Amino acid sequence: MSGVTDQLSPANLAQAQELGLSESEWGVILDRLGRPPNQAELGIFSVMWSEHCSYKSSRRHLRKLPTTGDCVICGPGENAGVIDIGDGQACIFKMESHNHPSFIEPYQGAATGVGGIMRDVFTMGARPVALLNALRFGAPEHAKTRALVSGVVAGIGGYGNCVGVPTVGGETNFHSGYNGNILVNAMCVGIADQDSIFYSAAKGAGNPVLYVGAKTGRDGIHGATMASAEFDDETEAKRPTVQVGDPFTEKRLIEACLELMQTGCIIAIQDMGAAGLTSSSVEMADKGGVGIALNLDRVPQRETGMMPVEMMLSESQERMLIVLRQGQEAIAREIFERWELDVALIGRTTDTGHMVLTHKGEVVCDIPIGPLADDAPNYDRPWREAPLRSVFSSKDLPPCNPANALQILMQSPDMASKRWIWEQYDRHVMADTIRASGGAADAAIVRVHGTDKALAISSDCTPRYVAADAFEGGKQAVAESWRNISACGATPLAITDCLNFGNPERPEIMAQLVRAIDGMAEACAVLGFPVVSGNVSLYNETAGTAIPPTPAIGGVGLLADASKAMGFGGAQDGDALILLGKTKGWLGSSLYLREMENREEGAPPPVDLAMERCAGDFVRSVVLAGELSAVHDLSDGGLACAAAEMALASKIGLHLRGGDRLSDAAWFFGEDQGRYLLAVKPSQVEGVLSAAKMAGIEVEQIGSVGGDKIVLNGAPLALDALRDGHEGWLPNLMENE
Amino acid sequence: MKAAVIVFPGSNCDRDAVCALRNHTTRHVHRVWHRDSQLPKVDLVFIPGGFSYGDYLRSGAVAARSPIMAAIKEHALNGGLVAGICNGFQILTEARLLPGALMRNAGLKFVCKSAALTVENTKSSFTNAYFGQPTTSIPIAHHDGNYYADNETLDRLEGEGQVIFRYVDNPNGSARDIAGICNAKGNVLGMMPHPERAIDALTGETGGLGFFESLANAMAGARK
Amino acid sequence: MKAIVHVRPRSGVLDPQGQAVAGALKHLGFDEVLEARQGKVIELVLADGDETKARERVEQMCKHLLANTVIEDYQVSIEP
Repeated sequence: MSGVTDQLSPANLAQAQELGLSESEWGVILDRLGRPPNQAELGIFSVMWSEHCSYKSSRRHLRKLPTTGDCVICGPGENAGVIDIGDGQACIFKMESHNHPSFIEPYQGAATGVGGIMRDVFTMGARPVALLNALRFGAPEHAKTRALVSGVVAGIGGYGNCVGVPTVGGETNFHSGYNGNILVNAMCVGIADQDSIFYSAAKGAGNPVLYVGAKTGRDGIHGATMASAEFDDETEAKRPTVQVGDPFTEKRLIEACLELMQTGCIIAIQDMGAAGLTSSSVEMADKGGVGIALNLDRVPQRETGMMPVEMMLSESQERMLIVLRQGQEAIAREIFERWELDVALIGRTTDTGHMVLTHKGEVVCDIPIGPLADDAPNYDRPWREAPLRSVFSSKDLPPCNPANALQILMQSPDMASKRWIWEQYDRHVMADTIRASGGAADAAIVRVHGTDKALAISSDCTPRYVAADAFEGGKQAVAESWRNISACGATPLAITDCLNFGNPERPEIMAQLVRAIDGMAEACAVLGFPVVSGNVSLYNETAGTAIPPTPAIGGVGLLADASKAMGFGGAQDGDALILLGKTKGWLGSSLYLREMENREEGAPPPVDLAMERCAGDFVRSVVLAGELSAVHDLSDGGLACAAAEMALASKIGLHLRGGDRLSDAAWFFGEDQGRYLLAVKPSQVEGVLSAAKMAGIEVEQIGSVGGDKIVLNGAPLALDALRDGHEGWLPNLMENE
Repeated sequence: MKAAVIVFPGSNCDRDAVCALRNHTTRHVHRVWHRDSQLPKVDLVFIPGGFSYGDYLRSGAVAARSPIMAAIKEHALNGGLVAGICNGFQILTEARLLPGALMRNAGLKFVCKSAALTVENTKSSFTNAYFGQPTTSIPIAHHDGNYYADNETLDRLEGEGQVIFRYVDNPNGSARDIAGICNAKGNVLGMMPHPERAIDALTGETGGLGFFESLANAMAGARK
Repeated sequence: MKAIVHVRPRSGVLDPQGQAVAGALKHLGFDEVLEARQGKVIELVLADGDETKARERVEQMCKHLLANTVIEDYQVSIEP
């Protein structure tokens, strides 16, 4: 790429392979063009056909996911999913990964991940109202972990706080399986009016193409290709490709774009995300059935001497591409200039069906749009599932003192309080946050501004289940999201997903992806919880070691009356504790087994989706009827950990009896699915018990609220000691030398 | 009774401020763009939180030199009320309408949490509604809230009743636990906690209601 | 012509960022570090002209915007 003329020289197979294309993909390009591409064209093909942009390994499997439903206005395929939340309003949301950049440069990687997902949402006309983050780090004691945690958290906060969108929830796990590849998955939720939703189809020829936002530099060139390859020892030398985020520009871009959207000037709009100007222009032209001609000399540039391919592949942040109605440029220009943002007319839509790029008076690229977008490879990669683990028998487990075990689990990395993280996030800006991290609810609750409605938003995945059995794990992730939303009293509506896996060219990894999608699809279908948007991140491997399979689920639900939102911090002295759902004492793949016995084995707990639905519908009905003081779903660490979280949040002790015919370990720490712990006023107990039985759900009264200790089958644990351990773990890790 | 909320590029609590003022202080709230050089006729100028100009260079530094600030200085000079919250406090110190400066938090991290406060002066235009209940709780959310002034200035602030809010449990290293101060005349206030986020039990706390009620009282009193 | 402006926390003003830097260096075994002060450097590219005049103008820039003299000191150097 040393000169303009080199850009026009024909490329060869070796150069294609260098950019990550296979021999067969190269063959398709030759066939479609009828000639070898030049260097610029090859660069464009290579990013459009990268795993990151084309979903070439996952596309055929993603089709199995249910994507329609009563609430769905727009499913996968646009920048984000759109659902109906009543009163002519829509909720627009998506989750996306920024794993590779965050490992290389945690602050900027995480910050630009947040910026990118926000752009996906406001591109469609929504004002972003909530952010969540699903983070997975390596083992706490691993040499890099602390620096990665502190960089990622500072980056998320630095961006979201500045833009002024509250970060309301998320999850954080630690496991040695992520030592070489952390996961940073960011979710953004926005609100729009249904009559003002913007799509990417640039219908009609001759319309002006406007570039707005920040200038283009050489940032992140081949980022999409990087996200489609494994790490090796050289990867850290690729540091210069990481993009730098500017939340101040993002904030102005949000305000300016939302203002322009009110004017009726816009035909189509796209953010320049992965593969920058290339993928945004190709997608708009392809969906609109038009061609596009761009004059690259007009692209606002931050650096001198940029080559066409560099401009086309740059992943400089905070940029948008807009196709306007003819004659409306002046209106757009006034708005963007007032917000002190670059704005440039860089081209027009055409009727040629080609993407034509000119640079310094020469045509440097002329390729048909169709093959770029539609002929992208679509692989049916071979997959072979590892033999499934057998069901774990807890008979030979050593005896357990449940109070000691509870203390240990509650201060273990995955269960310990993440206050150190979420206190660095502005959770309340916009003044509509009802429950955020630390707010003692199973999901974040955010009021829809100016209404009595609220959204319940949750992010979930239990990677150790997926690693044990991808099908059950995929099912469980969706079910847990549905359960968390139901526990707040909200009606679950739809999900977004972020599928993080290793190298799909390895059959056992491909099997994880395929089976997890199968499990998700089944859960979505039975629970009526369609997928409306998502992202796939593959090649999360270092030196041949893949991450634990991690299909993160971002769920959204709706509460018609925000004041009815329920959490687990309201248990009162004298309340009865009721356990809803069937307890078999399932310890396979449990947190207890991992933390207490250092054993990661056994099949994960199966999810009975019909019972799940039944129990969730019941819980929602009693929450909305106002019959509960507190409710908490049972997940990691089972009954005892759910009870401990309820006690800590409610600032009061509680007593739980032992289980019938179950060991203390199995009863208190088993992770059977589809269960909830309810704190119920004494006067309501009979009613709740009989209503649950009527609904066919297993239910029993198992304890009561009161005192300043948690007492498990007679074994006491002082709440203060529990709180100290629970709150102390992460600050100790991060701030003690 | 009228109020103006100033909007800088990067302000992000302007909508929250407008809502809080409309619901609890006055129905008549204007938004004023930072590039304007004149204020509408108002009793109160409210500088909201956010990251004006990305907080680049120093928090509030660039905003403090924007065109509207001359008009705000004149409004203050004429005895008009000015309240700066969070980034607004930083802007007011940078504009030298208030003494001291707000430095990086002692813990170096952004801090978002509820802060218990003592209301040190319940006679001010901003705090008269806290009379008889001189403690409250209002959330903070900032990276640069560590109040600094030299000892002489701090002594004067304390001696003249210009320290308005103090933290019960200092979250950011502020000198003498200062969370909010006013100028010598008592018509310009800056504070790091966000009262506009503490006006609704559903979204958390209500400790900021007194702030907006105080302003309503003060503006009504000034009119008499 | 270039002006280099160094902005530093004034002596006597607590500098938590500098303290953190010093602490980190000590933990890395650089025991000789007694203190660190963290500031910033601002490079200005100026139209060529009289150096004394330029210095005067940059000093004004410092007072008006580049430094907050309540907490910061500045130092200007001019390079041709």
